[in-house]
Amino acid sequence: MSDTKPLVDVRDLKEYFPIHTGWGRTLPLKAVDGVSFTIKPGETLGLVGESGCGKTTVGRTLLHLYKPTGGEFYFDGELVTEKNMPSLRKQMQMVFQDPYSSLNPRMTVEDIIGEPLDVHHLYSGRAERREKILSLMETVGLNAEHATRYAHEFSGGQRQRIGIARALAVNPRFIVCDEPVSALDVSIQAQVVNMFEDLREKLGVAYLFIAHDLLIVHHISDRIAVMYLGRIVEIADANELNNNPIHPYSISLLSAVPIPDPRIARSKQRIIPEGEIPSPLHKPSGCAFRTRCPYATERCAAECPELTERSDGHLVACFNK
Amino acid sequence: MSDTTPKKAPFSMQIDPALFEPATAEEKKQQEVMSESTTFLKDSMKKLMRNPLAVFSIVVLAFILIVIIVAPLVVPYGYSEILKYNGMKDKTAMNLAPFQYSANEQKYMAENGVTLFPHIFGTDELSRDYFIRVVYGTRVSLAVGFFASLIVLVIGVLYGSISGYCGGRVDLIMMRIVDVIYSLPDMLVIILLSVVLKELLDGSKGIIARLGTNMVSIFIVFGMLYWVGMARLVRGQILSVKENEYVLAAKSIGTSSPRIIRRHILPNCLSVIIITTALQIPSAIFTESFLSFIGLGVAAPMPSLGSLANAARQGMQSYPYKLMFPALMICLIVLALNLLGDGLRDALDPKLRK
Repeated sequence: MSDTKPLVDVRDLKEYFPIHTGWGRTLPLKAVDGVSFTIKPGETLGLVGESGCGKTTVGRTLLHLYKPTGGEFYFDGELVTEKNMPSLRKQMQMVFQDPYSSLNPRMTVEDIIGEPLDVHHLYSGRAERREKILSLMETVGLNAEHATRYAHEFSGGQRQRIGIARALAVNPRFIVCDEPVSALDVSIQAQVVNMFEDLREKLGVAYLFIAHDLLIVHHISDRIAVMYLGRIVEIADANELNNNPIHPYSISLLSAVPIPDPRIARSKQRIIPEGEIPSPLHKPSGCAFRTRCPYATERCAAECPELTERSDGHLVACFNK
Repeated sequence: MSDTTPKKAPFSMQIDPALFEPATAEEKKQQEVMSESTTFLKDSMKKLMRNPLAVFSIVVLAFILIVIIVAPLVVPYGYSEILKYNGMKDKTAMNLAPFQYSANEQKYMAENGVTLFPHIFGTDELSRDYFIRVVYGTRVSLAVGFFASLIVLVIGVLYGSISGYCGGRVDLIMMRIVDVIYSLPDMLVIILLSVVLKELLDGSKGIIARLGTNMVSIFIVFGMLYWVGMARLVRGQILSVKENEYVLAAKSIGTSSPRIIRRHILPNCLSVIIITTALQIPSAIFTESFLSFIGLGVAAPMPSLGSLANAARQGMQSYPYKLMFPALMICLIVLALNLLGDGLRDALDPKLRK
């Protein structure tokens, strides 16, 4: 699998938001500051990090929901630009975080799932449209009788299934899953995550799976990227990262994963980084994590560490570890 | 406990699976019961019909509409027709009370043995049948209210939705224009515009001439001035609706902007638009009354509810019922429209479906 051409190739992606500080002055908020990664066809890359580190922005910028400030994004070898984005939307889709606000309350399920079909003219008649919608609903485990109902009549898990069916309508090869399970109950989370896995096996789609729950990410991902304040600090295979995290931030993040057995949990020490996450408006110089890092040196303040390869496919951005 | 269940540690919080029992078929069925599916419009209408206040206002409005359409065909008097007796103005027919005949009419009926059509609301100081004048006044007022609101609706929604959806510099410029129009003293502008438009429209032919230049100028004045309120409202609503993730989802699908506005944003602003339009009609009726009051509304023999009320004001001491009829009509129309607007807003919101 390692020698196949990447489906998604992101190089130095940047997204700055202008923040108006009053009297016409603006400061750039560097939500995403030079992120690079690749995803192979049918592969799942997990993207984790704490709130506000830019995970969601990465996903949205890839789909041009925000205009990227800088960087390049190659999809299947083709550079994605403003011009070819409309046609590429048939191959890239997104599943949103909040199943309550991501479905239009005034549309029936049929119309919600049918909208991508309408927009891209993917059917020849009413009957074919209906047939396609019903088969999509079946794929995600919804009954045909649900088609004429409104979104608010469904539970969170069912709503998320509707959102997934909408993303699948155009037969995409790449889906950005923006925290698709974090708004759901734990029991429903498992259902939805398993559905993502089934769909990957059945349809061969690649995912960028954004989440803050490390257990779920570890479960579904082939590889995991850890983000901190707009930059990726570590990328590795899911198991490798779980067993052998190198970056101090990844270590503290992994130590926060709850363990279902209280005896083991008690013996394990949680590593809590000092202080608060700095404001992305006033990022520390050099390595963004240095203000909370126990290993920080003067070099960390002076320059920003690049991702370097430690072992096969394990990249870390740190000078000291 | 079977062998497949995991070993339970003492004092652990793990739940014993043996305590669970499978749900019966009946219990399972209870979980599946959901409401029947209907179409959006059918559903809304059903809900509207369940609202007694809305049904009441529909009945009242329908009654008023039927009266103003049918009455001129039934009542043998014209709205500007002065009652005559033997080709002369019937001086005894001035200011009659409801259902009263003038002395000349009584004499005529006694001579010929016929019954004349009664003056249901009496007559005015120029010996004109008051009922037919109120009916025509209602026609004029309702027409002004509906068409003015329609113009306001179209311009306001178009302008507001473009401004709100585009945002940024487009929004800034468009809203400053609105601010300028908003800051003009509207009564002054209405008076100036109606004077100018009267000059411009006089002598025109076709539909405008048939409707009456005064009426057309009132429509235009309303359209030009009152759309700003609607535009602001729609813009504000769109600003809040477009932050929803379903708009983002539509964008990621590749939906075009006009389609996003049409399919996702406007339907979710519908309740505010409907209630504002329903309230715009009475406000237009009031303003038209004011214009008629200062002599810039509909031209003299053509009555409107406002000019009727104004005329009745002078004789209020002696004939208070003359003020009551047009005033009651305005009240009924305004109240019914408000209640109907309320009912529609509730009916069109699928979240309130039971």
